Amino acid sequence: MPGTYIPSEYLPILIALMAATAIVVGGLLFGSILRPRRPYPEKLLPYESGNPPVGEPRERFSIKFYVIAMLFVVFDVEAAFLYSWAVAYGNIGLYGFWGMVIFIVIIFIGYAYDWKIGALDWKDANEDKDKDKDTKEG
Amino acid sequence: MIVPIPDLTPVTPEIIMTVSAMVLLMLELIVKNKSIIAFLGIATAGAVFYVIPMSYGETFGGMFISDEFSAYFKFIFLINLVLTILISLKYIQRQKSNYGEYYSILLFATAGMMIMASAGDLIVLYLGLELMALSTYILAGIKRHDIKSNEAAIKYFLLGAFSSALLLYGISLIYGLTTTTNIYKIGEYLGEAGASPAVLLSMALIIAAFSFKIAAAPFHMWAPDVYQGAPTSITAFMSVGPKAAGFAVIVRVFYVAFAEVQADWTAILIGIAILTMAVGNIMAIAQTNIKRMLAYSSIAHAGYMLLGIIAGTQAAVEAMMVYILIYAFMNIGAFAIIILLERGDELKDYEGLAKAHPLIAAIMLVFMFSLIGIPPTAGFIGKFYLFKAAVDAGYTWLVVIAVIFSAISAYYYLRVVMNMYMKELKEEAPIYLTPSLGLAILITVLMVIIIGVMPSTVSG
Amino acid sequence: MDKYILIPLLPLIAFAINIIFGRGIIKDRAHYIAIPAVFGSFVLSVIAFAEVAGGKVINYDIYSWIVSGDFRVSIGFLIDQLTVIMLIVVTSVSLLVHIYSVGYMHGDPGYYRFFSYLSLFTFSMLMLVMGNNLLQLYLGWELVGLCSYLLIGFWYKKKAPADAGKKAFIVNRVGDFGFGIGVIMIFLFLGTLNYTEIFGSIGMLTGQTINIAGFNVDLITVIALLLFLGAVGKSAQIPLHVWLPDAMEGPTPVSALIHAATMVTAGVFMIARFNPVFSLSETAMWTVAIVGAVTALFAATIALVQNDIKRIVAYSTVSQLGYMFLACGVGAFGAGIFHLYTHAFFKALLFLGAGSVMHAMAGELNIQKMGGLKKHMPVTYWTFLIASLSIAGIPGLAGFFSKDEILWMAYNAGSLGKFTWIVGTAVTALTAFYSFRIVFLTFHGKFRGTSKSDNRQEYHLHESPKVMTMPLVVLAVGAVAAGWVGIPELLGGGNWIGYFLEPVLGRPEITATYTEKWMVISIAIVAALAGVFMAWMFYLLKPEIPKNLAMKFKNAHTILWNKYYVDELYDFAIERPTKWIASNVLVAVTDNKIIEGVVNGLPAAIRNFGEKLRKVQTGYLQHYAMGMAIGLFVILALVVIAAN
Repeated sequence: MPGTYIPSEYLPILIALMAATAIVVGGLLFGSILRPRRPYPEKLLPYESGNPPVGEPRERFSIKFYVIAMLFVVFDVEAAFLYSWAVAYGNIGLYGFWGMVIFIVIIFIGYAYDWKIGALDWKDANEDKDKDKDTKEG
Repeated sequence: MIVPIPDLTPVTPEIIMTVSAMVLLMLELIVKNKSIIAFLGIATAGAVFYVIPMSYGETFGGMFISDEFSAYFKFIFLINLVLTILISLKYIQRQKSNYGEYYSILLFATAGMMIMASAGDLIVLYLGLELMALSTYILAGIKRHDIKSNEAAIKYFLLGAFSSALLLYGISLIYGLTTTTNIYKIGEYLGEAGASPAVLLSMALIIAAFSFKIAAAPFHMWAPDVYQGAPTSITAFMSVGPKAAGFAVIVRVFYVAFAEVQADWTAILIGIAILTMAVGNIMAIAQTNIKRMLAYSSIAHAGYMLLGIIAGTQAAVEAMMVYILIYAFMNIGAFAIIILLERGDELKDYEGLAKAHPLIAAIMLVFMFSLIGIPPTAGFIGKFYLFKAAVDAGYTWLVVIAVIFSAISAYYYLRVVMNMYMKELKEEAPIYLTPSLGLAILITVLMVIIIGVMPSTVSG
Repeated sequence: MDKYILIPLLPLIAFAINIIFGRGIIKDRAHYIAIPAVFGSFVLSVIAFAEVAGGKVINYDIYSWIVSGDFRVSIGFLIDQLTVIMLIVVTSVSLLVHIYSVGYMHGDPGYYRFFSYLSLFTFSMLMLVMGNNLLQLYLGWELVGLCSYLLIGFWYKKKAPADAGKKAFIVNRVGDFGFGIGVIMIFLFLGTLNYTEIFGSIGMLTGQTINIAGFNVDLITVIALLLFLGAVGKSAQIPLHVWLPDAMEGPTPVSALIHAATMVTAGVFMIARFNPVFSLSETAMWTVAIVGAVTALFAATIALVQNDIKRIVAYSTVSQLGYMFLACGVGAFGAGIFHLYTHAFFKALLFLGAGSVMHAMAGELNIQKMGGLKKHMPVTYWTFLIASLSIAGIPGLAGFFSKDEILWMAYNAGSLGKFTWIVGTAVTALTAFYSFRIVFLTFHGKFRGTSKSDNRQEYHLHESPKVMTMPLVVLAVGAVAAGWVGIPELLGGGNWIGYFLEPVLGRPEITATYTEKWMVISIAIVAALAGVFMAWMFYLLKPEIPKNLAMKFKNAHTILWNKYYVDELYDFAIERPTKWIASNVLVAVTDNKIIEGVVNGLPAAIRNFGEKLRKVQTGYLQHYAMGMAIGLFVILALVVIAAN
């Protein structure tokens, strides 16, 4: 019966989840109760390697960070897939092999494309290329 | 245990489409002339069209189904793709967005739609939906330096993500209840075990997600902003493709997986349909921008199409499918005219058009009449079959409401006509006619008239 | 077989080309497109005629527009004996009118427009007669109405033609309204609009009644009378005849077309086509016969005293149409169609001849101001004379045979038939009289118009160009010979047309004897000759007689002169009250308050609502997401409620 199904084999995960939460919350709570509180202005400043802080902490990041981050996610996911694929490789045979090859090729095409349009260039090359593309007529 | 290589025949069209999209992406880096990419895109569509009839079958353990139903929808997607490419050619150049990836993303989006239409499994469905959705997000924002286009993309993306989350939640619920994601097995399971409140919950979530895709109220609010902000060619693409794909999966998911709770989802869809027709038609009247007006009009048309789902008979679903095809022609045609003029998207830009360009005005008149549903245009045939099927299924009162809203719709469509024919020409009206655009307009207007005069061409 | 689709299609194409390119490229070359098209239709009609005469009947759907369950809307052709006769009449007269118009309309700024309308008119009429279903007939019916409006009001800048156009359209609407209801009733009770199916199943309705305002009325009678109402409007029978005489405000070739081929004959054709329906209702048949007989007499008497040449001919058409209805009413549908066919030739000829006279007289229409034109325009004179002899019923000519057939059938049809026969015979005499009144006043005697010295009207007198006289000659041949296909057995002929049409229209049984037949023919001949003789005496021998008579019977003359005051009656009884209601009730209350209120108010209200609703569409993403969430929660709430 679907309604009465209890996923008992997931119980250890639940316990681990609760334990992790308890340790983090408990540790912070414990520290805040025990530690002495004697603030003075220098102590309240954010720590920046001993230098006094300059300007607002909220700044606009360059969009390039996001591009790199997205690329990272893509390869991260690829790596995650590769792990599980490698584990099951004995069972899936040639079909599995070619499947992964296709997958990697697709990822590679994306990678090559990014490279070619200059998404990986940190310097202004990216923007130049952009302008270049905008003006050229097809 | 060695997994056998599954039969790849049923997925051939999708494979061709995706591979071609990737090849075009690479090619774009080498080839300077973007028109070549565009023509290769059209050629791909032709190849896929040729392959589809040979691809019938099931594969991946029932996760992927290629049948006549999906073939019909794929046919619509291909028409949509080809017409969009035709109207895009010079237009995106003028919009300073002549990126080669434009065409390859169009192909990706189409591939996503095709996967949706063939999905026999909720996971595959989700896969196709995301492929389509992510591509359209990018296309909506392809005018990178246009703030409106950016806004459209980001709104579409965020709300789309929201609706995807709803869909996933619905899918996970139904998976938890039935331990399968296969649409047919879910149907069988529910048929035996009966419905529980959790099934209804899952159904409601999935309805919400699909309603977003077809732009049905109250999940329509993205549509006007996105349609207006996106490049017009993409608006044309989005107003047909995702909507058609949405209806394809609605039919498959609700008639198969949720057949057990048909009464419930019918009731919900009736509410949504009425609300959609009301919001679409009433809001359209208040618009001064023609793209925005057509956005609301497309919402209203989604409302009419829902009648086909609600009525629940074979004839009604077929009528809805015919309606989508007709809608594709008349809607893309109207957008093609907007691209052709490019004087601006405001209604007042159409004043006196009949004096400057009588033929263009006459063609626009045909599209507007067809959207209203005046014989002998295709729009009338579509509405006639749809409404008749709904009446036969016993939903006369709903059809009466639909007809009343249709009558209201005449007001805003005819306002375009009135502006064209009864107002004085204020300034010069340059047009941007290119062979490909002309071809697209010719195809659409001919289809609208031919289907209107000889409906047997589509009713088969 | 599919070549017959070209019969209506060719004029349609000509229309399309002329209307699209007329203003820019074609201009005064429009006839190069229109005439070959009609000629093509004519040739194909002749081929169709030959095929049908060979015993073949063509009936097929050319294409179905909407097929949905039992409901079918299609265009199809039924080409049988009745249709081919109509095809010949329509295409031949139309062709000659087209040719004549080249001369008549020469130099008119609307030249291309005129030809495109003519083509459209021809197309409409062809669709009407060729259709195999009632819907197509109705479509053609409305289209000829539209075309007549366009053509009668062709010179729309002048008030009289514009008014006449409107009048024709509005009066026709009255009849069409009844016709429309008849069509709907047929569909309602029989579930089909296809002729074959209608005629196959109409018998099932025999004896059924329908409750109208508390009375149980025979269903078939109601349907037949409603259809007849349409015919009354279209074929200008009493009391809806008023539009036809005014229709002569249009260019003369148009009058010829309307009177002879493409419009007024539609009513007769429809009744003949629906003879299986009419035959089932005696009441309807007698209504048709009596309306026909009364109209014939009534219009003929009016024609006696009019002075406007075209107006006389117009009333003669009304009168002759009365004959045709009379024939249909007594069951002799074949005789009615026979007369329609001969009438087409001599009536077109009379009109074109009148147009030729007008052309020479610089637009003068009053026959009192003409005279002696014989020597100036011999071709027009001789052809006009032939037409007059034919319409008068002088033996040997076309009009004689068809009219004789009608009178004979009327005589044969019982006691009420005898009454219609008497009326018909009287009308023969009247017809002969007024026809020859035109001939004598116009072509004989002295010229009474403005002389050379002042207006130079007389100096201007000339024969019309060849392009105009040629159609006259052709029509004259028709006016003589067209009747020879229907020479009765008694005079040594085979009455070929009667037998030809029999499969479609049937033929009443002849009960009267040969002696009686001789009597009917002789009386008709005597009446016709008497009419001609009286006209000769009145207008050539002793011209003072008409004036004396007019003085003596002043009241009668005034009544006839004013056409029985029908227009005035309508003006008083219908037009003025309507206008009063229109301005005081409809405009003041209904229009300003209710309709304006609804038409402007409802959209305004919806608009306002839309504007308000627009505020929901804020443009803020979070609001949209909120809207979606609220929508979802409403659905969920409903689901939960439904589940419990």
